[in-house]
Amino acid sequence: MKSFLRKDGRKGIRNVLIVAYLVECAHHVARAIVNRSDDPAVQLIGFPGCFPNDYALRIMQALGTHPNVGGVLLVSLGCEGFNREALAGAIRASGRPVATLVIQQTGGTRKTIEAGLAAVMDMKTRIASVKRVEMTLDELVVGTICGGSDGTSGISANPAVGKCFDQLVRDGATCIFEETGELIGCEQVMMERAVTPGLAKEIEQAVVKAVHYYKTMGYGSFAPGNAEGGLTTQEEKSMGAYAKSGSSRIHGLIKPGDAPRQGGLYLMDVVPDGEPRFGFPNISDNAEIVELIASGCHVILFTTGRGSVAGSAISPVIKICANPETWKNMADDMDVDAGRIIEGEADLDEVGGEIYQRVQAVAAGSQSKSEALGHQEFILTYKSFEPIGPACLPAH
Amino acid sequence: MEAKFILLHPKDNVLVCCQQAGAGEIVTIDKEKIVLMQAMELGHKAARQTLSKGDKIMKYGVPIGSALHDINPGEHVHLHNMRSDYIPPHTRE
Repeated sequence: MKSFLRKDGRKGIRNVLIVAYLVECAHHVARAIVNRSDDPAVQLIGFPGCFPNDYALRIMQALGTHPNVGGVLLVSLGCEGFNREALAGAIRASGRPVATLVIQQTGGTRKTIEAGLAAVMDMKTRIASVKRVEMTLDELVVGTICGGSDGTSGISANPAVGKCFDQLVRDGATCIFEETGELIGCEQVMMERAVTPGLAKEIEQAVVKAVHYYKTMGYGSFAPGNAEGGLTTQEEKSMGAYAKSGSSRIHGLIKPGDAPRQGGLYLMDVVPDGEPRFGFPNISDNAEIVELIASGCHVILFTTGRGSVAGSAISPVIKICANPETWKNMADDMDVDAGRIIEGEADLDEVGGEIYQRVQAVAAGSQSKSEALGHQEFILTYKSFEPIGPACLPAH
Repeated sequence: MEAKFILLHPKDNVLVCCQQAGAGEIVTIDKEKIVLMQAMELGHKAARQTLSKGDKIMKYGVPIGSALHDINPGEHVHLHNMRSDYIPPHTRE
């Protein structure tokens, strides 16, 4: 597959131009620039808060230097706490074009939108000539998430993604699964798959942390629709979600924004460190997708039973539909029909192989369903993390 | 015709519904016959055997919670008769 070669050596499968607001007060101006640019490759992201947050800065730096991103326009109101110089500096250091517009200095809404449109036009011409080079599967980073899970997810779409992950890991790709809060109850089986005892201990501690965090919040990562779809407990949902990880050894435990340097299977710990401060670890599926992308994911595999329609800014989202009734109802939004497994019309290997083909096609430029429908959801909120410990990324 | 329920693991004491089924329907899995006590929707669980209060509910070969009271074979196993051993779910009620 042909990729976009960035000056920092990373290879992307899309050539996205990001417009990022740095506080909610700049959201409208940034959105107007994106809307008036009328180009699916010009995409909106942002952070709503006025108070500074190390995590938000780190994630925005990771997104601004993501392999799928060609250039970035920052839109600041001017008085917010976000460190726009540090963000622009990190993007500039990666060799990507970056421009910053400060609304208070530019003269308000109208003038900033006009200046933003000019900046976007200029940057589009600059990133259009980015070098195209061959990219192989061992350079690809793929993340997986489940949303709107039901009783079918854990027996069709999730284990089918697991089969695809097993093949990708054999090919040398980097595969990331996540949400330790949705892996409560799976700690013993995950520990057995860790490549070192030290990593196993870190995985166990991450799940203990997740239980504590969610207990403080009052309930687990379990929505009413999960129960309507036949799931009863957090650990039941967890076992189904866990199947997405396949059967490879677990090579490391990362936190949002950490990018593994070697291929393999990685678990992402998305639950903040320390006492709960900023609310739920992941307020919706897109918060998890953003974190996967911040860790370098080129493509996201999204399994759903009840039927999610979400996509994402920056990286394409491929939908794997677990439930045959949902497939009939929402086929326009779904890329792969794993409900055939429930109906006895296909087996896991067959559907896993289909997902594997779809990953390669989308990486080569084919649009996923959510991408073609214009889904570019994005959400980033407050969190706090300590850096991972030395046992989390053993050499292999 | 394909079976409407599947047994995911030999250690399991619940079956998972793969196709909508009505009350009174007979489900045969590995020569065991179970009569459904309620209508069942896709993705939901039915008890494979008699369960006592406090018993672990087994699915995928692992415990997914505990029985809140005695459960009969063929009975719907859900929020009303089992709960998490870790953390409560979030419902709209």
